[in-house]
Amino acid sequence: MQRIDRLGVLLNLAGGLALAFLPLVVFKANRIVPGEPRALLDVLPSWMAIVFYGVLAAAAVVALRVANPRTRLIAALIGMVVVVVCVAAAASVLTPEDNRVVRVAPGAAFWVVMIALGLLATDALTRLRPGPLLRVLALVAFLATVLAALGTGFFDDLSIMREYAVNATRFAREARQHLALALGSLAAAAIVALPLGVICHRAPRLQAAVLGTLNVVQTIPSIALFGILMAPLAALAAALPALAALGVSGIGTAPAVIALFLYSLLPIVANTVVGLARVDAAAVDAAHGMGLTDWQTLRQVELPLALPTILTGIRIVLVQNIGLVTIAALIGGGGFGAFVFQGIGQTAIDLVLLGAIPTVVLAFSAAVVLDALTDQIRRVPQ
Amino acid sequence: MITLERLGKRYGDATVVDDVSMVVEPRTITTIVGTSGSGKSTVLRMINRLVEPTSGRVLIDGHDTAAEPAHLLRRRIGYAIQGLGLFPHRTVAENIATVPRLLGWDERQVRMRVDELLAVFQLDPGEYAAKLPHELSGGQQQRVGVARALAARPNLLLMDEPFGALDPIIRSKAQDDLLDVQRRFGTTIILVTHDMDEAFRLGDRVAVMSQGRLLQHDCPEALITRPADPFVSQLIGSADKSLRLLSLTTAGEAVEPGSAEGPTVPAAASLRDVLAELVWNGASSANVAGPDGTVIGHLRLASILARGRQAS
Repeated sequence: MQRIDRLGVLLNLAGGLALAFLPLVVFKANRIVPGEPRALLDVLPSWMAIVFYGVLAAAAVVALRVANPRTRLIAALIGMVVVVVCVAAAASVLTPEDNRVVRVAPGAAFWVVMIALGLLATDALTRLRPGPLLRVLALVAFLATVLAALGTGFFDDLSIMREYAVNATRFAREARQHLALALGSLAAAAIVALPLGVICHRAPRLQAAVLGTLNVVQTIPSIALFGILMAPLAALAAALPALAALGVSGIGTAPAVIALFLYSLLPIVANTVVGLARVDAAAVDAAHGMGLTDWQTLRQVELPLALPTILTGIRIVLVQNIGLVTIAALIGGGGFGAFVFQGIGQTAIDLVLLGAIPTVVLAFSAAVVLDALTDQIRRVPQ
Repeated sequence: MITLERLGKRYGDATVVDDVSMVVEPRTITTIVGTSGSGKSTVLRMINRLVEPTSGRVLIDGHDTAAEPAHLLRRRIGYAIQGLGLFPHRTVAENIATVPRLLGWDERQVRMRVDELLAVFQLDPGEYAAKLPHELSGGQQQRVGVARALAARPNLLLMDEPFGALDPIIRSKAQDDLLDVQRRFGTTIILVTHDMDEAFRLGDRVAVMSQGRLLQHDCPEALITRPADPFVSQLIGSADKSLRLLSLTTAGEAVEPGSAEGPTVPAAASLRDVLAELVWNGASSANVAGPDGTVIGHLRLASILARGRQAS
């Protein structure tokens, strides 16, 4: 007999307690009233409930006793699919025909069980150590499956999909805006931060000053920085109509991009400096000694060897920016944060989730892709 | 011919290299030996202008090295250093091809040269060309480092402690390889080391440096028999200088006509090794065999000892 898996114990405990004491499905007469919990057994046909609890029990046993990561991954994935399908089916049953007011939302137990199964899957994936290409393919397959599943209409009665149905056109616009803000500020920051990092590497005196300044910028709370930028930008736009014509104003995209840009500088500059400092001094000396110019040495030897570290910095910035863009909605910057703040204002949790979940998925996907890219480039084991 | 003319380097008030003049004959190996901080590496790095001299100049075949851009000068001079500085992200073949590519050789020429050098350094091109440096052993990496330095057929090769990271057995093999390669290509080599044995073994001429000054630049025999400075004799070591002297002469060079009762030694063996052989066998003379194995003469213990006495 194999010994009992410690992570499995923890996940079982969390999932079991949640299923015992927290609601799986919450029924709301409309989108803002507090919901009332509904038991799955009362809602679903009994065969479905049996499948639900049977599969979860099987996953629980696998988490406890099976060491093979492949089996654990499959158990977790099947578990997640069954949980999602059962909750969506419950929503269909609970929603009267053609009723656009009633909301059926996944309850706290749903989220706890999904997180437990997600951790089980992540742990198994980590143990399987898939290569970079496989990880990206798995991500693409996962996203495609989710989109295809949502496209079937089977999930349309879930509260969050109800919110989506109402906001579909705006959702696409905010998604584009979210990506544009996160990637645009990253690109602008990379253009400035990479040369700045190289200069800091060459001039150690400058390095302390630059990194010190950027450190201070990093400590300004994001909401404060957005606020601080409003006044000068508004004044600038008022003084220079040409800038105002370009879209610069105290609120909206301009302060959002500038604030995100400022936050993006430190990780890229710092990682460029560290990456360059880590390059074998003998390789640089040999490059110069063989007649490579400074520029050739930088481009052919120093930057390629520092690239994994620089990419790690860019990964930090991208994930950080995708999260921070949410705050930019406060000053009219748009993005998924618009749903979050609107939802908070209306105490409509489903609308908050409509903003929050895509943000998390975006950040997660960005992390997976950039990690894979870094691994792919790191041909030399450190 | 490489001429150093009153070369000096100062950093602020500190004089690192002080008025060093030296002539290096083509197709020879000159070793620069000294303790750390003696300025030996700085002298080497001033030859390819990795360090710009504060005074004096370097002439290569009569041309002042300061007259052309430093990076163009360096492409004509081989450079190999301790720790090798192989580019870890590039394959063995790409590493070796560095300077030929900088010089704009066409790819076919580059590939032929890479294969030729790999063969010279006993690395099968089919097996090693596509490997990354970290996949090679220390000795193999070292050979790639020297091959890379020789890739564009430089007339001059500068080496800074090139064998410093190797263990004694591989190190000895690497030194033999370097002597072979030098004979084969006729490259002029200037090699910096802190190891007196290495300096004596490799150098046609040895330059001894201390505290930025060149104390003596001469053939190994002269350093032992006529040290110009107490520091030179101290560096050579008084205890074994007679043995050091014997190690500079081969049995073939010292052979006398006749034959002996004792052991047979090859003509290529040094007198030091012959002496050791005689002591071990309790013999008073040894036969000397030529490359084909026939005895070409003999060596007497007394004449070996006489050669070792010149040192005193």
